[in-house]
Amino acid sequence: MRYHTPQTFDEASRLAAAAPGVTRFLAGGTDVLVQLRAAMVLPDDLIDLKKIPGTGDITRTDDGGWRIGVAVPGARLGAHAGLKADWPGVVEGMELVGSTQVQGRATLTGNLCNGSPAADSVPGLVAAGATVEVTGPAGARLVAVADIPAGPGRTILTKGEVISAILLPPRGAGGGDAYLRFIPRTEMDIAVVGCAVSLTVAGGVITAARVALGAVAPTVRLVPDAAAALIGSSLDDAALKALAAAAEAACSPIDDKRGTVAFRTEVAGVLARRAAKIAYDRATGGLK
Amino acid sequence: MTGKIHVTTTINGDTVEFLADPRESLLDCLRDHVGLTGSKEGCGTGDCGACSVRLDGTLVCSCLVLGVEAEGKSVETIEGMAKDGELHPLQRKFIEHAALQCGFCTPGILVAAKALLEKNPDPTETEIRFWLAGNLCRCTGYDKIIRAVQDAAAEMRGAK
Repeated sequence: MRYHTPQTFDEASRLAAAAPGVTRFLAGGTDVLVQLRAAMVLPDDLIDLKKIPGTGDITRTDDGGWRIGVAVPGARLGAHAGLKADWPGVVEGMELVGSTQVQGRATLTGNLCNGSPAADSVPGLVAAGATVEVTGPAGARLVAVADIPAGPGRTILTKGEVISAILLPPRGAGGGDAYLRFIPRTEMDIAVVGCAVSLTVAGGVITAARVALGAVAPTVRLVPDAAAALIGSSLDDAALKALAAAAEAACSPIDDKRGTVAFRTEVAGVLARRAAKIAYDRATGGLK
Repeated sequence: MTGKIHVTTTINGDTVEFLADPRESLLDCLRDHVGLTGSKEGCGTGDCGACSVRLDGTLVCSCLVLGVEAEGKSVETIEGMAKDGELHPLQRKFIEHAALQCGFCTPGILVAAKALLEKNPDPTETEIRFWLAGNLCRCTGYDKIIRAVQDAAAEMRGAK
């Protein structure tokens, strides 16, 4: 295995594009090293991105959003007061990934690129309308986070392409988001169902909404019908009922030891309602 | 860039150099190249926490870090916990409370608990249990571990 420490994303992209065999990018390593040890993925070329300037930074963008470096671990997101105030749902999703030790290493970008349908940080990013900057042989392009996963363990990124930053939009006034998951124990488990809701509220009325579900389809799924059920309402019982129905209708989960199809579908509706209430409270200053 | 890579790092305050195959974990390098066998391998997949160390101050599983990633970094292991032959209060309290049986998980738990008390000198029982959730112990049932951490925290705060 050749170990590379490029100084720029262009160099990282060139290395990956020219590599003849199995290539992996290394950020936090909490998936890559496990796969390496299990001999599931034995890279010929391992490209460590952490020497690239800015990969460990969280910065406010000119438009009032956020740029998160690809090597920023969960523990750093959780310790960032400004980011947490704007996007608490994004941060709480990432903070559910693994133990304290894993939080010291695991990254949003890694969680996204690992391609798990149950990735806890991805629904929050999708609900937030986050994008990623992708650097490739043809230059850089912006891609919605929702478009990155292609199926379990797969992304749409092509040979030589690497995510070079995560971009969160400006939160703006009256915004609030939340992520909830169901697991059979209190922590350190894989989501049976996950749901993120992001709302904008003005005068008590929801003016914009995005709802994303995890672990109920081959990829994390944005649910426009669920958002439509909320927009124009003040989160009354009828809106919550319509939200749950839309969330359930968007589910096409697997049946496995952690949850049946019927269970996952019902829980998706329950979590959507609960996450919407938390997001609404945060948007209206009830909780922060 | 094939073959072994020369790594210079700081371990428990001392400059250390070793040659690492890039596939080797930091845990393997600590144990096999540096001779620091206090950090244990329970699972090798980041689940058990027996290999816990601090990397530039951050608590990590050394089995989930490559040895070559330690280049230019600062690593703290269980071997650096006692100072000048004096046990750290956590180490003393683990002995007093019999907070270990086979002892395999103990170095990782001590390193993790020290990181917690530096961040939060007066954690609640719930906070201790959540912080240490990534450190598995199959002997004690955890209760004595929690009591020992609480007692050490109290002593370190000067509360007793």
